[in-house]
Amino acid sequence: MEKIIAGIPVQVNEEGYLTDFSQWNQAVGTELAQEASIVMTPRHWEVITYLQKEFKNDVPLSIRKIGKSGVVDIKEFYQLFPMAPLKTASKIAGIPKPVSCI
Amino acid sequence: MKRIIILGSGTAGTMMANHLHHRLNSGEWEIDIIDERKEHYYQPGYLFLPFDIYDPEDIVKPIKDFIPKGVNLINETIERIVPQENYVSMISGDHLSYDILIVATGCKIAPEETEGMQGAEWQKSVFDFYTFEGALALRNKLRDWEGGKMVVHITEMPIKCPVAPLEFAFLADSYFKHRNMRHQVELTFVTPLSGAFTKPKATAALEHLLEEKHIKIESDFAIERIDNEQKTIVDYGGRTVPFDLLVTVPTNKGDEVIARSGMGDDLNYVPTHKATLQSKNWPNIFVLGDASDIPASKAGSVAHFEAEILTDNILHYIAGEPLKEEFDGHANCFVETGNGKALLIDFNYTHEPVEGTFPFPGIGPLRLLKESRINHMGKLAFRWIYWNMLLKGTHIPFVSATMSESGKQFD
Repeated sequence: MEKIIAGIPVQVNEEGYLTDFSQWNQAVGTELAQEASIVMTPRHWEVITYLQKEFKNDVPLSIRKIGKSGVVDIKEFYQLFPMAPLKTASKIAGIPKPVSCI
Repeated sequence: MKRIIILGSGTAGTMMANHLHHRLNSGEWEIDIIDERKEHYYQPGYLFLPFDIYDPEDIVKPIKDFIPKGVNLINETIERIVPQENYVSMISGDHLSYDILIVATGCKIAPEETEGMQGAEWQKSVFDFYTFEGALALRNKLRDWEGGKMVVHITEMPIKCPVAPLEFAFLADSYFKHRNMRHQVELTFVTPLSGAFTKPKATAALEHLLEEKHIKIESDFAIERIDNEQKTIVDYGGRTVPFDLLVTVPTNKGDEVIARSGMGDDLNYVPTHKATLQSKNWPNIFVLGDASDIPASKAGSVAHFEAEILTDNILHYIAGEPLKEEFDGHANCFVETGNGKALLIDFNYTHEPVEGTFPFPGIGPLRLLKESRINHMGKLAFRWIYWNMLLKGTHIPFVSATMSESGKQFD
């Protein structure tokens, strides 16, 4: 479905994740963060940039991997993006919801 | 004489030994299977052992009873695989070279990954049921437990048999009801996922059952540590859940031998092509069952379907033919829901579990994603099928290695 974020129409799925990463920009990310009551800081953006880089390289993301990435430890990751940090951060980053395989 | 070595004689390795024994020319190929243990454990039985539904002797049998004559069973610990030079070295110092290697070393719990898990309360009020010892210790605990807060908990994904923790919670509800003490037990299900399961339709069905059985769910819980003094589990966000009895599924990891051999990812799973089951790094190494990193369930049914396809692929590989890209992630799992009922789910990489009938479209007799008694009979009958058909590589009638889409209600 289409949604207007930061003044531009973007495609999102029923849970609000962007379905086309090319439509993402920092203004879109900032607005998605606001929806999650998060005020972005340079530290937040560092993490977002890391997630986007992993996504582009087809690396599946998990809390464990992020904790071992050297970019951020799990404790800080939770402080930056409270409650469900990987899901919240993925949404802000404009990448798909992380899948936990079964 | 050429040699094929199978590492591990669990569900996956034993099935491969049986398949290959039937299909390979014994004058040309020697088949060896290596395992450090002497007993084969029926792992689905670990779910029933704590509730006194199965006895230990129902679920443990000698490995050698299931390995065909003509296959060499080697009872040794593997020290290292050296894929660059095509050999395996044992702790005893022996080397064994191979033409083809099949890795079926499985996965197991790693409670040491979580701070405090193996602390003062381990096997006092903190238990696992993913090992024979853990399930048995939990049975003994439950026999005289007087009630309180029981927390059923998943540490992180992926885990072996991802529905087992839910089944445990359902069976616990049923067990306490039968003992007339359900009112003395507060049951909570704690998961790192956002809901009861990963796939939407099954999540809805399973969450409905949790509610019906008055089992509370705490989702999105990523455990940081267990506080043994306060008897709480604490997540990275600072959220705590108190327990009197914690039944946890610790982090699951592939075998240490994979790490020692430098062949795995950060959880010791071997990178594997998901449709052919060939290792991504070495063409003469194949991986099946829980040892691989493919995005399918870590479950016996998956290993069974993989074994049928992998056997064909090994024959193709030997003949120098292209491999079949056929494995679709097919899984078929009974989910015990307590009170003598179960539901059945059938799914693959691309199709989530939905409602329908199985295995005969429109007829059943098994119902998909709906509770029924006959599904429960199916689950109990499965133990006989496992020991007598599955391990021997006998094809299960009417159930194909790839998932069938007929008889299912897709949107």
